[in-house]
Amino acid sequence: MPITHAFLLFFIFSSLQPTLSLYEDQVGLTDWHQQYIGKVKQAVFHTHKTGRKRVVVSTEDNVIATLDLRRGEIFWRHVLGHNDVVDGIVIALGKYVITLSSEGSILRAWNLPDGQMVWESSLHGPKHSKSLLVMTNVVIEKDNVVIIFSNGRLHAVSCIDGEVLWNKDFEVESLKVQKVIQPPGSNFVYVVGFAASSHFEMYQINAKNGELLKHESAAFSGGFSGEVSLVSSETLVALDSTGLILLRIRFHKGNVSIQQTPISNLVEDSLGPAVIIPSSIMELFAIKINAVTIFIRVTGTGKLEVVEKANHETAVGDALSISEGQQAFGLVQHAGRDIHLTVKLAHDWGGDLLKESIKMDQQRGLVHKVFINNYVRTDGSYGFRALIVMEDHSLLLLQQGAIVWSREDGLASIIDVTTSELPVERAGVSVAKVELNLFEWLKGHMLKLKGTLMLASPEDIAAIQYMRLKSSEKSKMTRDHNGFRKLLIALTRAGKLFALHTGDGRIVWSLLLQSLHKSEACQHPIGLNLCPWQVPHHHALDENPSVLVVGRCGPSSDAPGVISFVDSYTGKELSSSSLVHSVAQVIPLPYTDSTEQRLHLLIDADKHAHLYPKTPEAIGIFQREFSNIYWYSVEDDNGIIKGYALKSKCDGTVADKFCFGSRELWSIVLPSESEKIIATVTRKLNEAVHTQAKLIAADQDVMYKYISRNLLFVATVAPKASGEIGSVTPEESWLVVYLIDTVTGFVLHRVTHHGSQGPVEAVFSENWVVYHYFNLRAHRYEMSVIEIYDQSWADNKDVWKLVVGKHNLTSPISSYSRSEVVTKSQSYFFTHSLKAIAVTSTAKGITSKQLLIGTIGDQVLALDKRFLDPRRSVNPTQAEREEGIIPLTDSLPIIPQSYITHNLRVEGLRGIITVPAKLESTTLVFAHGLDLFFTHFAPSRTYDSLTEDFSCALLLITIVVLVAAIFVTWVLSQRKELQDKWR
Amino acid sequence: MRSVKVIVSFVFTLSLLSFPSSGFQSDELLVDDEEFGLEGSPQPRSPEPIPTRSPPVTAPTRKRHSDLDSDSKIQFSLEHAFGDSDFSPAGTFSARLKTWSHGGQTLTKLRFSRNSFTDEDKEKFKNLLESDDFYRIRIPSNVLSPPGRDFVISSVKARCLPREGLDEHFVIHMEGVNVLAVNYGSPGSCPYPRNLKLPAKWSFSSHTVLKNSEQAPRAPVFTEEILGGENAEGEVVQPPERSFWAKYWMYLIPLGLIVMNAITQAMNMPEEQATGQGQPSAGAVQRGPSSAAQIGRESVNVFFPVNGSYLVWPRPLNTEINLCIKILELKYFVGSRISEVKL
Repeated sequence: MPITHAFLLFFIFSSLQPTLSLYEDQVGLTDWHQQYIGKVKQAVFHTHKTGRKRVVVSTEDNVIATLDLRRGEIFWRHVLGHNDVVDGIVIALGKYVITLSSEGSILRAWNLPDGQMVWESSLHGPKHSKSLLVMTNVVIEKDNVVIIFSNGRLHAVSCIDGEVLWNKDFEVESLKVQKVIQPPGSNFVYVVGFAASSHFEMYQINAKNGELLKHESAAFSGGFSGEVSLVSSETLVALDSTGLILLRIRFHKGNVSIQQTPISNLVEDSLGPAVIIPSSIMELFAIKINAVTIFIRVTGTGKLEVVEKANHETAVGDALSISEGQQAFGLVQHAGRDIHLTVKLAHDWGGDLLKESIKMDQQRGLVHKVFINNYVRTDGSYGFRALIVMEDHSLLLLQQGAIVWSREDGLASIIDVTTSELPVERAGVSVAKVELNLFEWLKGHMLKLKGTLMLASPEDIAAIQYMRLKSSEKSKMTRDHNGFRKLLIALTRAGKLFALHTGDGRIVWSLLLQSLHKSEACQHPIGLNLCPWQVPHHHALDENPSVLVVGRCGPSSDAPGVISFVDSYTGKELSSSSLVHSVAQVIPLPYTDSTEQRLHLLIDADKHAHLYPKTPEAIGIFQREFSNIYWYSVEDDNGIIKGYALKSKCDGTVADKFCFGSRELWSIVLPSESEKIIATVTRKLNEAVHTQAKLIAADQDVMYKYISRNLLFVATVAPKASGEIGSVTPEESWLVVYLIDTVTGFVLHRVTHHGSQGPVEAVFSENWVVYHYFNLRAHRYEMSVIEIYDQSWADNKDVWKLVVGKHNLTSPISSYSRSEVVTKSQSYFFTHSLKAIAVTSTAKGITSKQLLIGTIGDQVLALDKRFLDPRRSVNPTQAEREEGIIPLTDSLPIIPQSYITHNLRVEGLRGIITVPAKLESTTLVFAHGLDLFFTHFAPSRTYDSLTEDFSCALLLITIVVLVAAIFVTWVLSQRKELQDKWR
Repeated sequence: MRSVKVIVSFVFTLSLLSFPSSGFQSDELLVDDEEFGLEGSPQPRSPEPIPTRSPPVTAPTRKRHSDLDSDSKIQFSLEHAFGDSDFSPAGTFSARLKTWSHGGQTLTKLRFSRNSFTDEDKEKFKNLLESDDFYRIRIPSNVLSPPGRDFVISSVKARCLPREGLDEHFVIHMEGVNVLAVNYGSPGSCPYPRNLKLPAKWSFSSHTVLKNSEQAPRAPVFTEEILGGENAEGEVVQPPERSFWAKYWMYLIPLGLIVMNAITQAMNMPEEQATGQGQPSAGAVQRGPSSAAQIGRESVNVFFPVNGSYLVWPRPLNTEINLCIKILELKYFVGSRISEVKL
């Protein structure tokens, strides 16, 4: 019987053919993909036609998308380049979306139903200016016309084919056009703006042919400032340069008149200058003084009157014409935990068309933008829906006092990601709601068995697939044996933390950080880093892990910093503080205190090191290792790399025992006329290296990898060549790469690639660096590898020394020992340009490595590191082949099956993060950009576990059947023999 | 130009002549010219030989003097600091600046003369040794217009330097006339628990190495005929054609086993029948002990490997089949024993 068992196992194993790619039914089993669009800037509804109701949006991440109004799903989406900022969108002819982008120089029309581009035209002009896009109802030779002001020139473009019908330049040099207005039912447009900061200019232009009908100007000695609000088609409201006087500018029939009203006449206790909230609502506009929003009505006679002062945070939407001469606009106000959505008629402040109160999640912050749209209710009255954009960049649709759908578009702009383990499964904690009962388990296995034996009907197959995709195993909130289930904690640009479950990508919790919230003290907070702060191993059952979020107030590096600590399981902010010092660098130290909090050094702009946590115990640990702590800084703008050790005290006047000064130990000064730093890369701190020795089978030798955590890879190019590819000749461009020991400042390796240019993407792992750059001579991208080996260990090869114990393998390694390193390098051509590069990391570092390459097509390609082995040669010997050395080729292969994103695209790919699972063969890969993608990846296939579709039931049943058969045959043979003997 | 050359050669011959006397420092310098790497040293010359090292300095041949490329002599200073003290002069590097016809400038023939420690310096250095502090040095980042943009600094734990005397090792990374970095340390290892050790002699033995940037290897370029990209790749992906046995052994072995099994069974059948028919009780009794002894001996061999059979799977085929046959025999034997007992 055991032999049959062995055979059976053998058969099963031999039938598991290794696969590189994926079967159809494995899609979505371990991977998930989420699509986002970013923070919405402008939204245009398209609801007139019957059919799918949709909204067209443009976002701050340069995305144009149409969303389903019912569910919020993306119909289609286009991601424009990072310098192709969308200036405006309109819908033309009911079927085209016209977008103006790239500082008003590119106009494109997209087909509304399917997002195909219909036409594109480029607009040029004499100077840089504000870009305005206005849809008109003017018709020239059956063409609808869209009028664009961009680059200092007025263009009229046909909506049908994008042809420029006419354009018009303005002779006034300093004209800053504010608005282009087409009064309803007329054939001319007004172009209004300010010139020389004290002149108001008005041009009346025939929309049919661009002929100048009238030009008027009026001078106002006080000057103008900021935005303007349109209160009728021939009246503007602006502020003077001090922000204290309201100006009503009327340009009726070519006569310009300016009427001044000091704000103090309208509002008694007005404090400080006001800001106009740009809008175009008939007879109404809003200004903001400090945090108070004031709505002011402009009556027909030119009188201004305050209709409301709102103390709460308020967002105003643009006007929407609902019927002849009637305009409505939306208003959202915060009141505690609720928000109030009000839709008012423009001419009647008191009469609310709609007033709804909606409970809002506090983690979404303030309302930033409102877009309203009307529809006809079943009873014939007008209903309104509102699209609101929140502080955390999320997008919500409100209708009938409820949130119809919401999109977490903050996840489109992830700054930093870390992972956290899930809670340990405990006896007391019930996870029953996701647990299956025995019957269901059996049923599932029976179904699987049917599937394996090819007996399943199509419904069964569908059921099996559903079961596999929705497997409760993978989305449980507890730690699993293989370490596949984790929390991905992501910090977004909006200052919000998200915890995503790796099983299915759902948001477990989210937190809008108070410390990164805009406030009086901190005007422009930005998040910088996310570090694991406390990772309990010994107290894993009763303590939650936490993360440290580091940010600063403002873009400059000397702005004061903010930190906060967040519980990884609950998403509660444990504490937060604004720091007195700035934050230039965050260094996690390899020491933890008794509560397993990791010690961190925050380096400020004055090169003082601040120790966190601020406890006496931390100081104690720190003092013990004090003399062994070094750090370095890279000043890329002036090309100096410096290394530092710590001094026992801060130089500052304030006595702070957690603050340490720095002393400069080494410096590397790159000549500014020939080298400019474009990339620096270090090894990952938590990378596991399985063995230091590398066997060279070919010559029966051992090489020792130079494994130092303190290596820094620096790439510099000629300053001239730091621009676009092709802007310099090969003779005047070069790329120099350095490997620098960051403790001693020793340059271990330095090599020049002549005729090469950035951008450089590099990855550093174990003892090798792989970097990608452009070779101008070969007109191709190249990837190079440098491997570093330590020669000073070479005398440890003697077995006798090992036996006698005379080796130096256990002695501590000092960076001050001069190390004899040898490097091996090789370059290969590579077809793609890169957006990101990473390397797989596994728990013990045994599994061979693969490079994960984020290609220009926003996909992630896995490339075996063996292709980037410097020892590849044209004709490897037999021994080398056995070792796995691939014959030398000039370019690296791109194998279509090794795209780990399959057919999906991670639009706007920015980073690839690899996290080891507990299972040695598997690494978790998270790619983020606009989209998010997560998958499990086994660089050498899952050699240490059975595959997902391995049927235990089949194995068990086979064994049972076989055992039964053996017994039956035994009994039978026994009987037969007995009979024979009786014969 | 010509006159310069004449003077140079004159000085040179002079220096050759005065080699043994080694009186003036200038002479010494030029004598060292011969072995361009060494430098060094201290006025009170240490009796033991100073280690010599030949650094990979570019263009060391004398013939270059007569080339169009001109060269001139330059000097730049080394400064040192003890711990956090200010920098003070500690020595001078001198080298030839070679101007190439294509406009580039490189340094060659670098040598170094170190000022010996004053008593005050010695005291400071002792303090450094006691506190395991840093001994720092710096040189200008541009040798033509010192200090250039900034000084290039390097430092070492003072306890790494003392051996017999004070051993130091400079690696100066150059790019034209710019010094990018200087790596300063002891020439050998400096094991971590650094022990306090005072130098026997307060004289430096210095090694200097000048390093210029290396050229990266070009990416290999193959023409299509020699090794097309696809060919090479195909080779990698597709292993060479294997023999029939290598391909299908996993099917053939079980098949063979089954056939064997069937044959044995078929062979046993008539045999059993024949013996059974002949003299049922006697035959069984006769055969019993002999075969029991045989199988009993075998059975040790049988059961043990069978239990661990998947561990030692790729065993010779014969053994496997033998085992199967033995098992079958055993089964029959057991069967017959039981029937005997029943009898």
